Amino acid sequence: MVDSAGPAALTRRVFLQRSGGVALLVGMVLPAVGAKGVTSAKEKLQINSFLRIDSDGGVTVQANHSEFGNGAYTIIPMLVAEELEVPLSAIRLEAAPTRPEYYSSVFGEYLTAGSITTFSLWGPLRTAGAQAKALLIDAAAAEWGVPAADISASEGRVRSADRELDYGQLVAVAQRREIPLRESVSLKAPADFTLLGQDQPRFEGHSKVTGEARFGIDIKLPGMLYASILRCPVYGGKPRDFDASAALEQRGVVKVKAISNGVAVLASNYWAARKGRDVLTVNWDEGENTAYSSERFFAEYRTLADEPGMLAEDIGDSRAALADADDTVESVYELPYLTHVTMEPMNATARVESDRCEIWSGTQYQSNDQERVSALLGLPPQAITIHRPLIGGSFGRRASKSADFTIEAVEAARGEDVPVQVIWSREEDVRSGHYRPLFVHKLRGAVDGDGLPLAWHQTVVGQSIMQHTKHDPAYMVDGMDIYSLDGCLQEPFGVFPYGTSYAIPNHRVETHNPLKVGVVPQEWRSVGHSHTGVAYECFLDELAHSGGRDPLDVRQHLARDHGRMSAVLAMLRDKSAWDRPLPDGWGRGVAARIYSVTPIAQVAEVSVDDAGNYSVERVVCVVDCGFAVNPLNVEAQIQSGIAMGLSAVAGEEIVLENGRIRQSNYHDYPVLRLPQMPRIEVHIVQSEEVPTGVGEQALAPTAPAVLNALFAATGRRIRRLPIKHHDLTLV
Amino acid sequence: MYSLSVNGQVHEVDADADTPLLWVLRDFLALTGTKFGCGMGLCGACTVSLDGRPVRACTLRVSDVGEGEVRTIEALATDGELNVVQRAWLDLDVAQCGYCQSGQIMAATMLLEANPKPDDAAIDSAMSGNVCRCGTYQRIREAVKLAAERLPNAGGDHG
Repeated sequence: MVDSAGPAALTRRVFLQRSGGVALLVGMVLPAVGAKGVTSAKEKLQINSFLRIDSDGGVTVQANHSEFGNGAYTIIPMLVAEELEVPLSAIRLEAAPTRPEYYSSVFGEYLTAGSITTFSLWGPLRTAGAQAKALLIDAAAAEWGVPAADISASEGRVRSADRELDYGQLVAVAQRREIPLRESVSLKAPADFTLLGQDQPRFEGHSKVTGEARFGIDIKLPGMLYASILRCPVYGGKPRDFDASAALEQRGVVKVKAISNGVAVLASNYWAARKGRDVLTVNWDEGENTAYSSERFFAEYRTLADEPGMLAEDIGDSRAALADADDTVESVYELPYLTHVTMEPMNATARVESDRCEIWSGTQYQSNDQERVSALLGLPPQAITIHRPLIGGSFGRRASKSADFTIEAVEAARGEDVPVQVIWSREEDVRSGHYRPLFVHKLRGAVDGDGLPLAWHQTVVGQSIMQHTKHDPAYMVDGMDIYSLDGCLQEPFGVFPYGTSYAIPNHRVETHNPLKVGVVPQEWRSVGHSHTGVAYECFLDELAHSGGRDPLDVRQHLARDHGRMSAVLAMLRDKSAWDRPLPDGWGRGVAARIYSVTPIAQVAEVSVDDAGNYSVERVVCVVDCGFAVNPLNVEAQIQSGIAMGLSAVAGEEIVLENGRIRQSNYHDYPVLRLPQMPRIEVHIVQSEEVPTGVGEQALAPTAPAVLNALFAATGRRIRRLPIKHHDLTLV
Repeated sequence: MYSLSVNGQVHEVDADADTPLLWVLRDFLALTGTKFGCGMGLCGACTVSLDGRPVRACTLRVSDVGEGEVRTIEALATDGELNVVQRAWLDLDVAQCGYCQSGQIMAATMLLEANPKPDDAAIDSAMSGNVCRCGTYQRIREAVKLAAERLPNAGGDHG
């Protein structure tokens, strides 16, 4: 068969077939089970805004969290199905609209972040499932005239001694009855779980092996134009004016227009837009950023680190203890900017009409994007519809407080009669993104007569992510950014209900938050721990060695009053065979962290050859994430976090030079590849506590564990990252 | 006009000669399973088969495809039946965000077609060009081995 295809020939049939229209969860919607074809107009039993049961037996759940590899779309149906007593295959997920009733119970916003999706849904979704089950049993009791206590529910059916019905067949009866109160239903005990705690492959997994999964970049709408944006080589620069004549000669280009962040070329296919963009001439206003470079910031921050900062924590009297100590250890750790390089480059699609706007965006922060677009267009928030495609990785990038990539699509589409899809090139993604900020940590410490840490004095210098954003009130305490200090405070502070788990008798932490200039700082998987983890856990290692103590012994001693961390460390010692000798040329390092309540610790084993090639042979990880709802995904998230932590410490670095970012693509911003992947062993502490996160947690100990292992193998302390600048190459 | 053979069908495509095959597949033929990752042949997200060999569609000009047979992720399953690599990927729950996995699965499929019993070195060599930012590499390695074991004529020889 021969057909002639140009972009305009993308017929509605093909469009629907290929894109699934706007039903963005297509490919993961599983067929409903139960009574089939019994009603033409389905009756619907709405339990609450999240859960609905239809008369054909289908169970529809509104998913109010994004899926970007985290496993949200698997956890959500699992939680409902367990209490409702339906098979997972009965559940259909829909992307919940951006409305307040769907905001995260933790954040009060429509946001998937902080590795707390499971924690935040654990109560509400199970309760909704239990309410629905109780209502259906109540309806059956009324229908049959038997006590509810004599009726059981399983596999989407209710049963008495002699009768049974599908849930769907009870919908009409149940609609006329009161929904049981949340407080009146009891939830299953973990011992009775049949789904929770069992390995469950991802709900949308099939679509991800067939190419059917629809990401934001895969959205195809009738008449849609593609846009490529030329951006100023200096970060943050704006277009003054431009000459589009050459671009407009490119076949397929239909329009060239300035938007806030550059000049957009609109064309009938992406390649035409790119070619048009490449022949644009733009006169730029480079702005203030030409004054800024990474090296300048490192120098300024090192100077600041020597000066008294804002006092975040002062336990005991560190300064006196350090003054009295015979020997002190002092180190400075320097960490570069990092970027996320999600495999799916930033993109978004928008259709802007006079009274409404539709957006297809891989944002993980829908309420923020809606708010920003609402302000931009002068339309009420409910006039802004945000569709939710699958997301090709985030690692924090798509929780953009500026809503940058979504806003760009709206700007590009504004004034057009058709939808416009903006696709960033990888170079734009690397050079025009938001970044893990650059940090300098200065540490001084001393050990006691037993060689155990006695005094700790840390000064943390770096730009705040939250300052001057709407989150400023929660994260800026007495003028200092406590987000940057997550992972180096011994006691709970502000919004962080946990400390390091360690008890160092004298513990002082100061901080400086230099002006927010240069690139935009952004969360990067594990956020504060991505730098505090390195500084804290490596310096703790330095202190252990200065006291002649085993680094794991020291951690077990310091965490002795923290039950959960003590258990994690004891299991790690055992599972990693910590006390067993390693071959020559190998080294072993340990690090332990608490992030977002979850204690997690790792041992890394490295081998180093004479040429400076090193391999991370094995990483053993122990985590206490409460009840592990889906152990298969816990393991996946931990493998993922370790891979990303290793990738960053080994070779990742964004360098700002006179306002320009030096890196551009995977050749100069190298990320971990398959041959470099260590063998990872994951051990989960058995627990029936409330589930907490693992997605970011797993990354936090990896970099320091690897650095400590390299020290053990080579005797070299690396204090400026990445490792590749120290004649050591990860193989 | 270029005449392209993609997944067993011939398509006439009116694209500029320098248009990468990737954008022809995605924007002209609406075959969006093949992904854009880097545009420089560095990440492997756009890996497709050209006459059975892996190529990076983001750097292959449409004018250079010639009469070769292009096969994409959309054509791996037969009548809804996953191929052995897709099946192993699903059974071991390899994908996380999933964006790179079309390219990974294409690379693994072509590896096993050329070498049904790859050792670790062969897997490293064939798969090192495919980046996964989620770091699913451990399961990728396991899935390639599982798929190899399940191949017809794999016999009982498990390495």
